[in-house]
Amino acid sequence: MLARRIIPCLDVAGGRVVKGVHFESLRDAGDPVEQAARYDAEGADELVFLDISASPDERRTTLEMVSRVADSIFIPFTVGGGIRSVTDAGAALRAGADKISVNTAAVRDPLLVSRLAESFGSQCVVAAVDVKRIDGRLTVVVNGGREKTPLEARAWMRELEALGAGEILLTSMDRDGTGSGYDLELLRVAASAVTIPIIASGGAGNLGHLAEALEAGAHGVLAATIFHFRGSSLPEARAFLRERGYPVRP
Amino acid sequence: MIAVVDYGVNNLRSVVRALQAGGHEATLTTEADEVRVADRVLVPGVGNFGQGSRNLAASGLGHAVREVAGAGRPVMGICLGLQLLFETSEEAPDARGLGLLRGRVRRFANTLHVPHVGWARVDLTEAGRRHAMLGPLFGSEPRFFYHVHSYHPAQLPANSVLGTGEYDAVFPTLVGSDTVIGAQFHPEKSQRAGIELLDAFARWSP
Repeated sequence: MLARRIIPCLDVAGGRVVKGVHFESLRDAGDPVEQAARYDAEGADELVFLDISASPDERRTTLEMVSRVADSIFIPFTVGGGIRSVTDAGAALRAGADKISVNTAAVRDPLLVSRLAESFGSQCVVAAVDVKRIDGRLTVVVNGGREKTPLEARAWMRELEALGAGEILLTSMDRDGTGSGYDLELLRVAASAVTIPIIASGGAGNLGHLAEALEAGAHGVLAATIFHFRGSSLPEARAFLRERGYPVRP
Repeated sequence: MIAVVDYGVNNLRSVVRALQAGGHEATLTTEADEVRVADRVLVPGVGNFGQGSRNLAASGLGHAVREVAGAGRPVMGICLGLQLLFETSEEAPDARGLGLLRGRVRRFANTLHVPHVGWARVDLTEAGRRHAMLGPLFGSEPRFFYHVHSYHPAQLPANSVLGTGEYDAVFPTLVGSDTVIGAQFHPEKSQRAGIELLDAFARWSP
């Protein structure tokens, strides 16, 4: 029996944790190393670190930051943002990441997912999928939601699984940062499309939302805003889910 | 001093840090001579059994680990490092492990998704509860450890299965003999539960 996972997410730009709404209007949320160590100590099951730097200059500071974060935590650690090749992924893994996440680069070059899985094992490869509802269609978007693609979410997730992705980090761009709850219909579509684990992302505003996502078929729940700003703590989240009968770590 | 054997597989820094977090002195080493004189030895690792076996043989590190075990000093394997304590694995039938534990290493034979990845609850067996290193660690609260693996120990003598996990079927995930212990999971990625397990290994005097 695998425990359901609670995963705080650190969006990092220019060496700081930031968080916005729909990936915009960014607010400062602290130092990545301090935040990571705090979430680790509070009992996060994993940590996701997404580099959302806008400039190459900012990006250069990222690997150094990854290794400082890796040195301060004792839980699995996923790094994403700007990984375009096996070489980029190898550098992140050597810096201390346990898994790497790819998004835009996988849409541009789907075989990148296979090459990563062959090089490092599928357990290392997290396929991030950002979805926006456009005219009622679950449309895959890239570049932080700024660019739409011809891909439909269900078909794309099935392809990612076939290419060797180990899990899917599924973000609703419509809900991201709003606190109005995960897109449960999207999660149900995902859970019925693939057998690999789905991590729900985008929209968690209270602890009840975490339970809803697990009920809809997510294996893990990723959240930033409720842990950074809304005063919910990880021990509270675990206790809340445990009381409702979800298998979580004590 | 605890020697953490670096035989060219993946990032091993986190194992050393987790031992240090428990207040123990640990060195990551590629030198067989350094392993030979260590008080205790930890063999970590992620990767392929065949590659691991070749690296251990070519570097002389495998021989050094066997000498330490032969002298009755504690040896612990983690993940691939644990699998390499056995003689053989289905993953690479022609490769030879260190032969410090009796049994086999087998691929998950169930219908669930492999690799098995995530936080799995580990329950001690009767032998595990009697074990000097493990018994005191597992209280009434269930303990979860982070697993990432496609293969696991199998067909062991009953008294060397110390803890089990469940993934469709029950599988051994903590195993050992008198002075040798192995964890299929990653204590260095299992937060407090893992740091405490490594601490217990560092203090274990079998």
